[in-house]
Order: sequence, then C-alpha cells, then structure tokens
Amino acid sequence: MPRIVVDVMPKPEILDPQGKAIVGALPRLGFTAFSGVRQGKRFELTVDGKVTEEILAQAREAAATMLSNPVIEDVVAVTVVADAE
Amino acid sequence: MPRTVEFPFLVDNTLPTFPNSGVKIGVVTFPGTLDDRDAARAARIAGAEVVPLWHADDSLQDVDAVIIPGGFSYGDYLRAGAISRFAPMMDKIVDAANSDAKLPVLGICNGFQILTESHLLPGSMIKNDHLHFICRDQQLKVENVNTRWTGLYEQDQVITIPLKNQDGQYVADAKTLDALEAEGRVVFRYEGLNPNGSRNNIAGITNEAGNVVGLMPHPEHAVEKGFGPDHTGTDGIYFFTSVIKHLLEASK
Repeated sequence: MPRIVVDVMPKPEILDPQGKAIVGALPRLGFTAFSGVRQGKRFELTVDGKVTEEILAQAREAAATMLSNPVIEDVVAVTVVADAE
Repeated sequence: MPRTVEFPFLVDNTLPTFPNSGVKIGVVTFPGTLDDRDAARAARIAGAEVVPLWHADDSLQDVDAVIIPGGFSYGDYLRAGAISRFAPMMDKIVDAANSDAKLPVLGICNGFQILTESHLLPGSMIKNDHLHFICRDQQLKVENVNTRWTGLYEQDQVITIPLKNQDGQYVADAKTLDALEAEGRVVFRYEGLNPNGSRNNIAGITNEAGNVVGLMPHPEHAVEKGFGPDHTGTDGIYFFTSVIKHLLEASK
C-alpha cells in the first residue's frame, strides 16, 4: 500500500536540546566528523488504495495543523512513497 | 470515577478562603492527566464546588471557571498537549474563553501546554535545555495581578510553588515575546536561577483579556500545610481564591 511521508523538523532558530545531546555523545564513539545534529520527526501515513490529489491535500493539512506546531516546527516535506514490491 | 474517601483538609485558618461560595469550578480530566485530584482539592479548599469534566464530553455543565490540570495527557505523544487540543471538551473551553463571558481558564503544566496548542495562549514549550526532568520548589515573581487568577497577590510578590516537568522551556518568536512584555502579559517569571532555559525567564502568561492564564509550576501542590514547599508553603492557594473572589464580585 502507498504511504505519504511527512517530515517535520524543529525550526532553525529553535534550540534543539535533543540534537545537542546527540552531537555531544557522537565523539565518544569515535564519530568526530559531525559538528551539529538536529532531530526531527518522520510520519508515515498509510493509504488504502491510490493517493489522489485530495488525499495528498488532506495529508498536507494534517501535517500543518496536527503533526507539526508552527511555533516550533516546520513541515519540510510531504512525499508519496509507492509500495515497494 | 470511583469515589474514594478523601484525606481531611489541613486548612490553614489564617488563609482567607470563601467557604460555600457557590462558585463552580470545572476540572478537566484527559487520559494521562495526573493532577486533577489535587487541582480539585485546591479549588474545594478555596471554597468552590468542583465539577469533574471528562475530555470526551462536550458540556461545560454551567461551570464558572475551568482548570486544565497537569500530567501527561495522551502520554505526551506527538507533542505535549497536541492531541488533547482536539478533544470535544477543549472546543467548548476555547469557545467559552473567547466568548463575551470570558470564562476564566487556568492551565497548569500540561494544561499550559494544551492552552498553547489550542492557541488560547501564544508560544510553546520544548524540552528543558538540560534535558532532565526537574522537580523542585521554585520561586516565582508575580508580575501581573490583574488576571482572574492572580488578583489576591501583591504586585511583584515572590512566591514558592513546586515545578516538575521535562518539557518546560517556554519559547516564542521575538515578535511574540516583545508583545507579551509590552502588554504586561508575563504573569510569572522564574526568580533566581532559570530552571529550564525559558525565554525571558517566563514561567506563566495570560491572554489579552486576562481570563486565560497558563504556567508551568504547580500552585495546586502548595495549598495545604504538610504538603507544600518546606511542608509549610501555601502560596498557591491564592490562584483559587482569586478566581472565586472575582466571580463573586462579578455576580453582584
């Protein structure tokens, strides 16, 4: 079944405390190449049947009104992923 | 909800309460709410009749004010308060808070998070800057005594009530912060150390009309001797007596 993937990230100007903790821990494991980490969220919305324009519009609205909070987060992508056979 | 025997009130008779005031305060319970019983108890000690409100119901049952208590509604899934916002009871509360009647609404901790997600109050809460859960007795300065919930405090009074949360860092964009400051809508500011990285040391704010107040610390845990800060602190009781006093005066 096809899925609609919604990616949400903390706004650039919002300090991401979780990303900060991760970037602090990476060098302890020898991963020294990374100077920053920001942690976001990925939602996968499963659709029974075809992804129509109307369903995609619904996904975009859900992303903007519920899956993200515009005060602290941006919806960075709403993409359709076809069923991998 | 099963009715259990409640521990007798340890009322400090020196506190001015309004016994049998007739004022009805609704206390909302969501799945995952923790502090509804303490909020109800605080309202009763102050002299209100308490009406339990279930999140899935859509009647406010003629209450005169509403408290949205703390906890982890819906397990804080998605974002703290994000799913609760869409409960039928929240629709009623948002409408009543914005109506001409300006229903007084107090959001404590998770309740404050729900009020921001509902757009009754601006900004949002993210994880504490140090990422730890925090539980401490917290000093606050009361900077606005003109809200429905703070009328019995003195301007700039410093009070101590418990603070306990993980997502307590108040954030908002610069324009919103400037407006809150310019309009005197910062009601409580952390005094001394900023415990969580909140912008401008903000612990609690109000809407333009002063009927909706949200804060991260917990006044309902500081209303009885033996339980509050240092086992003696009762600084939180005035939230509840303030709203009762306001409602009694408004109904005259």
